[in-house]
Amino acid sequence: MINMNYLHLFLAFFRVGILGYGGGPSSIPLVQKEAVSKYKWLSENEFDDMLALANALPGPINTKMAGYIGFMVKGGLGLLIAIAASILPTIILMIIFLKFLTSFQDQPWVHGMIEAVVPVVGVMLATLTWDFFKKSKDGLGWIISLALIIASFVVISLLHIHPAVVVAAILIYALAQPRRKQDKESKRSGTG
Amino acid sequence: MIFWKIFVAFFIPGILGYGGGPASIPLISNEVVNTYHWMTVADFSKVLALGNALPGPIATKMAGYIGFEVAGVTGGIVAVIATVAPSLILLILLLKLLMKHKDSPRVKTMTLLIRPTIAVLLGLMAFDFFHKSYYGDGWLQTVILVAASLFCLEKLKIHPSFVIFGALGYGAIFLGS
Repeated sequence: MINMNYLHLFLAFFRVGILGYGGGPSSIPLVQKEAVSKYKWLSENEFDDMLALANALPGPINTKMAGYIGFMVKGGLGLLIAIAASILPTIILMIIFLKFLTSFQDQPWVHGMIEAVVPVVGVMLATLTWDFFKKSKDGLGWIISLALIIASFVVISLLHIHPAVVVAAILIYALAQPRRKQDKESKRSGTG
Repeated sequence: MIFWKIFVAFFIPGILGYGGGPASIPLISNEVVNTYHWMTVADFSKVLALGNALPGPIATKMAGYIGFEVAGVTGGIVAVIATVAPSLILLILLLKLLMKHKDSPRVKTMTLLIRPTIAVLLGLMAFDFFHKSYYGDGWLQTVILVAASLFCLEKLKIHPSFVIFGALGYGAIFLGS
């Protein structure tokens, strides 16, 4: 059983690494499929929190998610396996191609392959967007979720405030809420 | 010492590159080309072009390859660690703290309140990909690929691996001219 977890971590992030065309964002739906739907290492809530924080921190998103999930499932060794599985195959490919097959990226069929994956990644991201929308609606109701969605869109897309700033502001707001309201809420949920 | 230089060269883009891997590319180029003169601009562009043609995270591919070029396998490992470790350690610490208090109402409120914003971020990324596809392949191919992959993923529940392989095959044959 112990070895199976290592193997599963390797396989999950190997797939994410070699299927993630188009940079970091393309790995988000793939990680969600592997870690939440397939292996159930994270609950949906845990994945959502991880995605929010990973987005607010600098650096590549794929390895941040791989490292955290690997660490959570199997500690330090799990972390190393998950990161190695997501990046080693393509680094090795890169070295081989640059040493021996320099004309690879000029082949028209290579361009065709990459271009065809772009809309597919778009669909996966759009589906995940829809999931998040449904979850916000279920948790916060139509009005508040729509208001927050419109506000986030305006701030990020029209005012060009960096997403990390927006995410950090919401996290701080939620964690710094006054005690009184919190107590009332926890009492209500305690009796209900 | 060369390994220290490699570490610093990739540590800075890793810590300043907000917005994932692609955001750190100009920062990596600045260190590698302008500060340390390990590569010319032309070489860097060549490596970047190939990196974009291969799957997986771009920042670590660049780090691994350039580190390897400069100082062998150890150089590659040092560069990847410098890219990945700082923000990963921060993420693990923050999430551990969060998980410890996951039943606290504040953390629950946080999870609820952050979702609409994440939905917007994902939506914008999705739009970006559709936009790129529209400019790259035209609207007809985009519609075909979007409809086909939506059908396969959501209706037939085919695993994304197979859908992506399918798209790669389709692209090699129909978009490769």
